[in-house]
Amino acid sequence: MNTLSTDPNAPRDSAITNPSRARVIALCPDRANADTGQTCRTAPTIAENQCEVRSNAWVNAEYKHLVLTAPELALTACAGQFFHLACPASNDDSPYLRRPMSIYCVNAEDGRIEFLYKVQGAGTRGLAQLQPGDTLDALGPLGKGFELPASSEPAHVLLLGRGVGLATMAPLAQQAISAGARVTAILSARSEALMMSADFLQATGADVITVTDDEQTSDVVQVESIIRRVYERRRITYVATCGSNRLLVMLQRVASQLNIPGQVALEQRMGCGYGACYACVRPFRKEPGSEELSYRRVCWEGPVFDLQETTSW
Amino acid sequence: MVDLSVNIGSLALANPVMPASGTFAEGTSQIFDLNCLGAIVTKTITHDVREGVPPPRVAEFRDATLFSIGIPSKGSDYYVEQTVPYYRKYSPPLVASISANTIEEFRRLAAKISVPGVAAIEANVSCPNLKKNGQAFGMDPDATWQVVKAMKSATSLPVWPKMTPNAGNVVEVALAAEDAGADALVVSNAILAMAIDVETFRPRVANVMGGLTGAATRPIMLRIAYQCVQAVKIPVIGCGGIATAADALEFLLAGCRAVQVGTANFVSPTAMPRLIDDLTEWCKRHGVAKLTDIIGAVKMHEPVDFQQRVAL
Repeated sequence: MNTLSTDPNAPRDSAITNPSRARVIALCPDRANADTGQTCRTAPTIAENQCEVRSNAWVNAEYKHLVLTAPELALTACAGQFFHLACPASNDDSPYLRRPMSIYCVNAEDGRIEFLYKVQGAGTRGLAQLQPGDTLDALGPLGKGFELPASSEPAHVLLLGRGVGLATMAPLAQQAISAGARVTAILSARSEALMMSADFLQATGADVITVTDDEQTSDVVQVESIIRRVYERRRITYVATCGSNRLLVMLQRVASQLNIPGQVALEQRMGCGYGACYACVRPFRKEPGSEELSYRRVCWEGPVFDLQETTSW
Repeated sequence: MVDLSVNIGSLALANPVMPASGTFAEGTSQIFDLNCLGAIVTKTITHDVREGVPPPRVAEFRDATLFSIGIPSKGSDYYVEQTVPYYRKYSPPLVASISANTIEEFRRLAAKISVPGVAAIEANVSCPNLKKNGQAFGMDPDATWQVVKAMKSATSLPVWPKMTPNAGNVVEVALAAEDAGADALVVSNAILAMAIDVETFRPRVANVMGGLTGAATRPIMLRIAYQCVQAVKIPVIGCGGIATAADALEFLLAGCRAVQVGTANFVSPTAMPRLIDDLTEWCKRHGVAKLTDIIGAVKMHEPVDFQQRVAL
């Protein structure tokens, strides 16, 4: 099922061909006309989408799967983009700022967006309380998503995800396969019970390899040898990763040696989510290989960055 | 039709609502039409290119945030060549916020950014994250006087120094700024604060101290704005914890001629257009045709006359 943009290189705005029917609050039509003689010239590309909860079920002991009915604008989200969620208050928690959450699935025909999240803080504890029929305010879509490079040879995409990063990889696999790429996904988790997205990815047509701490198959040395074996069987044309610093460092080294372009999706505590507050910066190399570092906003210049420009943490 | 227009000295605004510096960026234009704003205030720039302080840069409390960003800046060349032209396509006046390490730098930067498209200059003499222990020009009346005087000598644009609640006596600083020729005051910047994570033993923002902002700070900020309104003759622009029309009205009733919305933009980026709409509705409900009619209209409680009570 092809629900995501098939042209990852298309500029973001081109995805929006119709004015949005999303519930956008107060575009001040009257006053803008009256006082300035000007009208609202552009439809918004980011909105406080008022989404309705369809389901919000536990998938294992730590993670929940949130399915929302979303307005049209929200359905333009691409793999790697995120929404900034106004998490409801719960018990002693009353999160003041929103919480960023990368998308797990977008299905435009069904008017649905999905998130997979680990319940661990004030924001996600609030999300965990949501019941079917409740409304969730999801600001977005935000940030720059993954961009599969144009490739002269048949594309072979390697995805490497761990923990919460597994969710971020899922829509990318879908997007890559619908763009005609072959996808190998290496999924890492502490235990088989915490292994998410494997069935989903298999169903999209990806070759899925799972490794776990329990089975002692997930250490960096073993994962590296898996990647090299995959590469020997079929040249890898692009790599993407999310969720582990150690895997990031290894993938940077391997991709650099094998000359494979790649990207990484990063997390960071955020203020606004749309580039205004500069709270979510991390240091990046000014270019691959450069020793000179510069801060970039994870919410605006990212959350997906060039693999080799990213610094480990 | 309700008239929301206000004047800040020579500068006419269609309505009294503008973003607080640092809570607004080009990305905001993808969320709502910026033409609905009273003014556009950009993030503080310095002359030089600056990276800002290391992360973590934000911590959260109930109805408040602690930010320590440290004024990352793309520099004044970028501002003049890129930022100003970008905002020229919008009708609200552009207010440039600037900061500097010395009085001379404030003077030079004010001159440099006095270009067509900039309507006023906000002097950020109050950022708590630039110098060690949150020291800022705005904590000292003499230093503030010198900054404003230097800027006024370098530009014909209105100069709006932004006060800091961290001054021992904000009113003295406000009077000094007025005496030096300030055209308006913005009251106020964030409250110097800190927090420690008891699990990691580390300060919750890497810069140790930062600025406390958000709804929880509003009563303090309203008090300071009111005190400044009482002391100076120039217009005061209220700022601090404003999210709704009711919040803005508190500052207007206290005598502020306009308001800045800050942290609320992070919580809900449509806070400002919603506030403007709600302000119009409030005026209609209260039969207020001109918003300026209620500026400074706060009513004092009647004194209790004990003598009379005894007589009754």
